[in-house]
Amino acid sequence: MTVAVETRSVGRPRPALRSKRRRQRLTVLAFLTPWLLGVAIFFVYPLIDTIYLSFTRYDLLSAPKWIGLTNYQFMLTKDPQVVQAAYNTLWLVVILVPARMLFGLAVATLVTRLKSGLGVFRTVFYLPALVPPVAGVLAFVFLFNPATGPVNQILGALGLPEPLWFNDPSWSKPSLVLLGLWGIGDLMIIFLASLLDVPKEQYEAAALDGVNPWQRFRFVTLPNISPVLMFAAITGVIAALQYFTEAVVAASVASGQATTGGGNSALLGYPEGSTLTYAQWLYVMGFKNYYLGYASALAVVMFVVSLGVTLILLRRARSLVYGAEGTR
Amino acid sequence: MSTIRGRRRTLAVSAAAAGLALLASGCSGSGAGDSTASAASSAPAKLTGTVTFWHFFTDREAASIQKAVDTFVAANPGVKVDVKSGQDDDKTIQAIAAGQPIDVVLSYSTDQIGKFCSTGAWQDLSSYIKRDGVDINQIPTVVRDYTQFDGKRCSMPMLSDTYGLYYNKKLLADAGYSAPPKTMSELSAMAEKLTKLDGKGAIQVAGFVPTFGFYENAPAHFAPSFGATWFKADGTSNIGSDPGWASMMTWQKKLVDFYGYDKLTRFTAGLGQEFSADNAFEKGKVAMIIDGEYRNAFIKAEAPTLEYGTAPFPTDDSKANLYGAGYVTGNVIGIGRGAQNPEAAWALIKFLSTDTDSVVAVANGIKNVPTTIPALQSPALEKDANYQTFLDVFANANSTTTPTTASGKAYQDTLGTFAEKWQSGKIPDLAAGLTTVDQQINDQLALGSAP
Repeated sequence: MTVAVETRSVGRPRPALRSKRRRQRLTVLAFLTPWLLGVAIFFVYPLIDTIYLSFTRYDLLSAPKWIGLTNYQFMLTKDPQVVQAAYNTLWLVVILVPARMLFGLAVATLVTRLKSGLGVFRTVFYLPALVPPVAGVLAFVFLFNPATGPVNQILGALGLPEPLWFNDPSWSKPSLVLLGLWGIGDLMIIFLASLLDVPKEQYEAAALDGVNPWQRFRFVTLPNISPVLMFAAITGVIAALQYFTEAVVAASVASGQATTGGGNSALLGYPEGSTLTYAQWLYVMGFKNYYLGYASALAVVMFVVSLGVTLILLRRARSLVYGAEGTR
Repeated sequence: MSTIRGRRRTLAVSAAAAGLALLASGCSGSGAGDSTASAASSAPAKLTGTVTFWHFFTDREAASIQKAVDTFVAANPGVKVDVKSGQDDDKTIQAIAAGQPIDVVLSYSTDQIGKFCSTGAWQDLSSYIKRDGVDINQIPTVVRDYTQFDGKRCSMPMLSDTYGLYYNKKLLADAGYSAPPKTMSELSAMAEKLTKLDGKGAIQVAGFVPTFGFYENAPAHFAPSFGATWFKADGTSNIGSDPGWASMMTWQKKLVDFYGYDKLTRFTAGLGQEFSADNAFEKGKVAMIIDGEYRNAFIKAEAPTLEYGTAPFPTDDSKANLYGAGYVTGNVIGIGRGAQNPEAAWALIKFLSTDTDSVVAVANGIKNVPTTIPALQSPALEKDANYQTFLDVFANANSTTTPTTASGKAYQDTLGTFAEKWQSGKIPDLAAGLTTVDQQINDQLALGSAP
């Protein structure tokens, strides 16, 4: 105890030093101020406000009115659309994210094996990722138009079944997955960089050990690219939870309502609600029907789910990612 | 290690919160309380100042509106009107919510009138109307209904859209018909006969596409033909109780089944967009459609050689007395909350909505239906037989519109969602399904007015 007191006494800086440190802290604070203001105004305040609004009835045009848990009660017991929207979103998380990762990894692996024309193929596979999402969806829906699209014409010529694609509730989500695979360039490029970064000597050592291709992938490639895979999984899940533009545009074009200006929200999620995502429903309730309080409650739930999923993935990363804390 | 874990948690919180913050940043408007201005005891002798006027029209239609504004300014040289075209409802609502003063607002959606009136986003016009002795009875009843909410008149009408049947004269004549259908069974029978299939059984020409969601096929637009009503006197949903809705659904499904839902879906997927030169009726791919009077102007511009006629939409076989009626909706104009120049704003609104010459000029310009009786009867109103149909529908006492609620059009969307599943055969019990729709609408309305 005595020692501690002495230590503090000995360690206490002189007034001149304290003044210098205070100036240094103020300097740091001054540099941080723009960022702190930005976070406070554009992040913390909206965050707190959304949580508050989720307990109110608020239509944007009149002052919010406190209604307690009514919005949450409605969400859990009286809103069939939110169930449909949550199911569709979960479907996309479970199917679209792994599908994109697997396909992206397969394409990247394929490209690394090319003896020549690497640049050409890399560009070809990456190009769709440069297309603006709305334009890409428009083109895709026209390609897969069940009556006039070339895809069905080819399938028909081959004597194969011609699905209704975006016009069939059974095919609409798989069609969105195909759209996601078409625009795989963003994932492919980071997987490609990661694959090319795997040390060659590890492959050489593995070859000397006589491993087969699967063992080579499982014990050499996968551990090296696992941080990138985890990054792709986390960002993919978050993007899928907020999936919006592609679903809205595909539904409006396929339903034939693309040019009605305000849009026909009765056909939201066309066909039969199969493309209605959680983020879409949040938008419709908030900015079309002006149930801003309810939309805020939806946003809070989305926040909690996103947080939970991200935490779980990060926790799992400890055991899945090579070199992460506490592993291997 | 714990620090790294802490950072990861921070990262996770940040990533997840980003979506939440995005919503909140978009809806953190002030949401000011009601502000109802009253008119001065007498109208000013001379109007002065600037009036901001937001409307949604663009291009050709905006030019017609500008002409009317120019006429107003010429008559009131002390006033300057700052016109902002292409401003849809979403923009004006968010601007008003953010406290931006807009003197005059023109909206295309009568569905939002309940919200505009009940929240004070649009000011009550009663004191202006009373002071200036504006005869509100010059406006047809159905229009008076959709321009007020709960006894509060916060808007005036400025032209309307009226719905009826368009039919392809040549296709009907080829099939041996000389007149359009008047009942739903006639419509179905003619649709079946007018339909042409190719060698593989695919639809080449449809007599009438019954699919909800196709072009203007909406339950709201068919409702007047079945005498179907949306709400009971106590304000709760009447969809499950009013037999008109069940009749509509039954008729519609029967015709869908004639074609086959998948076959119909494949056919409509290949048709052109509604508001394009590839419109299926204009291209002769569909023999009969339900549409608004504005289609006349589109046909004139995009398919001038099309031989077509118009008629009131057919009625349910048991509701022959309703023939001649149809769905009516329209544009509404009012004074925004916080208007800086309400007297000049009201003068402009009065001019645009009740001055016969102005109403007729704009109606002639954009081919909508005028919303005052003197304008409807004006010899200056340009009309041919096809346009006259819609004037008659508009004047019919049985024509109806969709009710205004404080929750907007959510109730129509709920029925629309049900109708989409119904037509594909996913609803085994129609009566039970409509009762469920009732419950969903009532729950939604209750949420919008939760105490």
